[in-house]
Amino acid sequence: MKKSKAFLSYSILALVIYAAVQVMISSGMIDAYYQNMLVTMCINIMLAVSLHIVIGITGQFSIGHAGFMAVGAYFSAIATMKFGLPFPVAILIGAVVAGLAGLLVGVPSLRLKGDYLAIATLGFAEIIRIVFVNVEFVGGAAGMVVNQMSNWTYAYVGVILTILVIANFTNSRHGRGCISIREDEIAADAMGINTTYYKVVAFTIGSAFAGVAGAIYAHNFFIIQPTTFGFLKSFDILILVVLGGLGSLSGSVIAAVFLTFVTTYLANFPETRMIIYSLVLIIVMLYRPTGLLGTKEITSVFKFGKRGGSSA
Amino acid sequence: MTKELLLKVENVGIQFGGLKAVQNVNIFLNQGELVGLIGPNGAGKTTTFNMLTGVYQPTEGSVIFNGHNIKGLQPYKVTSMGISRTFQNIRLFKDMTVLDNVKVANHRLAKHNIISSILRLPSHFKGEAEMEKQSIEFLKIFGLDIYQNDLAKNLPYGMQRRLEIARALAAKPKLLLLDEPAAGMNPQETQDLMELIAFIRKEFDLTILLIEHDMHLVMGICERIYVLDHGQLIADGNPEEIRNNPKVIEAYLGEEVVEDVKS
Amino acid sequence: MEWLQQLVNGISIGSIYALIALGYTMVYGIIKLINFAHGDVFMLGAFIGFYAVAKWDVGFFPALIISMVVCAIIGVIIERIAYKRLRSATRIAALITAIGVSLLIEYTVIFFRGASPEAYPDVLPKVTIDLFGASISSLSIVIIAVTVVLMLLLQFIVHKTKIGKAMRAVSHDADAARLMGINVDNTISATFAIGSALAGAAGVIFGVYYTRVEPLMGVLPGLKAFIAAVLGGIGSIPGAAVGGYVLGIVETIVSAVGYSLWRDAAAFIILIIILIVKPSGIFGKHAREKV
Repeated sequence: MKKSKAFLSYSILALVIYAAVQVMISSGMIDAYYQNMLVTMCINIMLAVSLHIVIGITGQFSIGHAGFMAVGAYFSAIATMKFGLPFPVAILIGAVVAGLAGLLVGVPSLRLKGDYLAIATLGFAEIIRIVFVNVEFVGGAAGMVVNQMSNWTYAYVGVILTILVIANFTNSRHGRGCISIREDEIAADAMGINTTYYKVVAFTIGSAFAGVAGAIYAHNFFIIQPTTFGFLKSFDILILVVLGGLGSLSGSVIAAVFLTFVTTYLANFPETRMIIYSLVLIIVMLYRPTGLLGTKEITSVFKFGKRGGSSA
Repeated sequence: MTKELLLKVENVGIQFGGLKAVQNVNIFLNQGELVGLIGPNGAGKTTTFNMLTGVYQPTEGSVIFNGHNIKGLQPYKVTSMGISRTFQNIRLFKDMTVLDNVKVANHRLAKHNIISSILRLPSHFKGEAEMEKQSIEFLKIFGLDIYQNDLAKNLPYGMQRRLEIARALAAKPKLLLLDEPAAGMNPQETQDLMELIAFIRKEFDLTILLIEHDMHLVMGICERIYVLDHGQLIADGNPEEIRNNPKVIEAYLGEEVVEDVKS
Repeated sequence: MEWLQQLVNGISIGSIYALIALGYTMVYGIIKLINFAHGDVFMLGAFIGFYAVAKWDVGFFPALIISMVVCAIIGVIIERIAYKRLRSATRIAALITAIGVSLLIEYTVIFFRGASPEAYPDVLPKVTIDLFGASISSLSIVIIAVTVVLMLLLQFIVHKTKIGKAMRAVSHDADAARLMGINVDNTISATFAIGSALAGAAGVIFGVYYTRVEPLMGVLPGLKAFIAAVLGGIGSIPGAAVGGYVLGIVETIVSAVGYSLWRDAAAFIILIIILIVKPSGIFGKHAREKV
């Protein structure tokens, strides 16, 4: 089958990337600083792809993604630091609880549309953050000390799993249902798509993987604080998805990789970084509101004649 | 052909903030009929469709379809009961391919669940292959299979109208509601479309309720016709009866003209 | 009479929310855009007032007027440069642009003057008045009075002047208004100017009341003012005022009963309740999508 062939070549590519980086880490070519950047890059990719399924695929405009990242971060940290559970189990706990939080937030708020939904998700994310500020068990506003357990392998496996699950979901009747909601919710409903169900499913899956990213983040930086997960973080994730192209998974990944480099090199000039980010955001929206790749995938840009190719 | 009752709409009406947009609509459809719903602009035809399909909730009356009360059901549930529709102002999934548009409507007939799709279990591949096969068959009927990998938004206008019907049909309805399917088409395209509608009706054993603005067109193919004006049914009967009904002539031409004709 | 004092505090902070909310609601009413940058115009207003008082040594009222005028100009510039092109864009594109403009203003200010806060000089005499046993600051009274005067002025502009009539016409149906000979672009700019001027006034009042201004100060009051606008029914001017006062009073009550750390959450909880129960707000009209 054609599809399994493509799958095989992607698998090989994924393994080659992993092995190459791992060799460079073991041989000391990549030092701790760049290793840290790679983990951050992986976290950003997970965040971007997990928001992509909500905004890009299902068309539900959420600006509260950092809230679910916070849930994943805190619950995984509780699992390792308070209950001494192994890290992989903690990641799973973070994902499940973040997914549940997504379900809880999604059910009432996904009835709203457009701007109203955006504001509601932002509100929920702020409430989540304020809850962590007020819970002494996790250190309140001062934050919670977390041991460093994340490494390149965990982060990379997280990325591959995120992409695999979300790509497989998208390329199925369920994903098509979600895309049809993005395209025209009333028509999707009239064609027999349970729109509420699929919006909640996409939101829950997105939240769960934001939780994975949060878990890996929490165990990479020694400390987590509620302020990290404010709406500025949500906007950061939003920029990745918007820049890459609303509806393009590969676009989100590319944007995440690219902007991680930019952020790293501008680490000492945070204001400059934010000015550049905001200008990019405005200019992209004014001149190319579909983002760099639009709804296309990078594969179809190169392969002429495939999906959407005849129109491009 | 059996003459079983398929749809029975009784005293249905809807208010928008105190304004009665449509009231006391009574429509029945027998299995296999092709019935027209006509009326001047703003008469409430599309509103009636929206009430039958769950987009709007009727504030009064009842809608019985195939022995079930479907009033108040959400649109996707109405569709799963066997009513499918097209839209007056084309509502295709513009950034999806022609094939994917039809696959979306085919969605409810497939069984593979989310887990099997994420894990790529055999049931996923089997289900997807079946969807693809069925969807392409529908495209072939409408002569759209040559466009299957094009984005819906890039189709010519007439083809977009056809795709809407193909998509509605892919949901395998018992009752098909067509909202001005020939709007904006030239006479030749309209003629082709009417023949196509007659064909799919036979082929799929469909019952069809058709909204049309153009009275002459409806007269040609419908067995019975309902006429709406100002949110109320003012006449029903076969084309000949409708043609000679003074109320209908009045609604369409305005009172003065009727006075002129009389004198 | 503890509660009276709390009530006055609530109304004071509510006045600030109400003034900002008016700009949100007017802009949303006319171009259906949540102008995220509005909170940052409020911040700019506070800084303009600060520099006017601290560097040029003007009094409260001249500072207030300077700030309102400069903010009006800034508001129009933002509209002309960033939002004008977006009139036919999707709501999401417009919202993202607004977020971008908001971040741009915040970090440009930080870039030029750093993130450190400034202490607002005392421009108004601080006298404590005993009223029915409650000690009420003279500041509160000035704030409340200024707000009421500005709201009455706004009410006059919207209902009694030609530009106000044009604003109402454009918010009702921009295309029809254009056919009637109304200059829609100028009307929208006027709306931004008036809304931004009110935000500028709110900025100065905030500075005087809380005596502390910093570049990210607009974010939270901006969001809360938006919540106030939603609460009152977005697009409704009286709604924004009522929403602002309700929110200010609720926040004060939450703090007064000992949950001050939860104060910020209260606003968002109100937002979510209102969005789920009655998204059109207290005074809003329900809009139905045409099929």
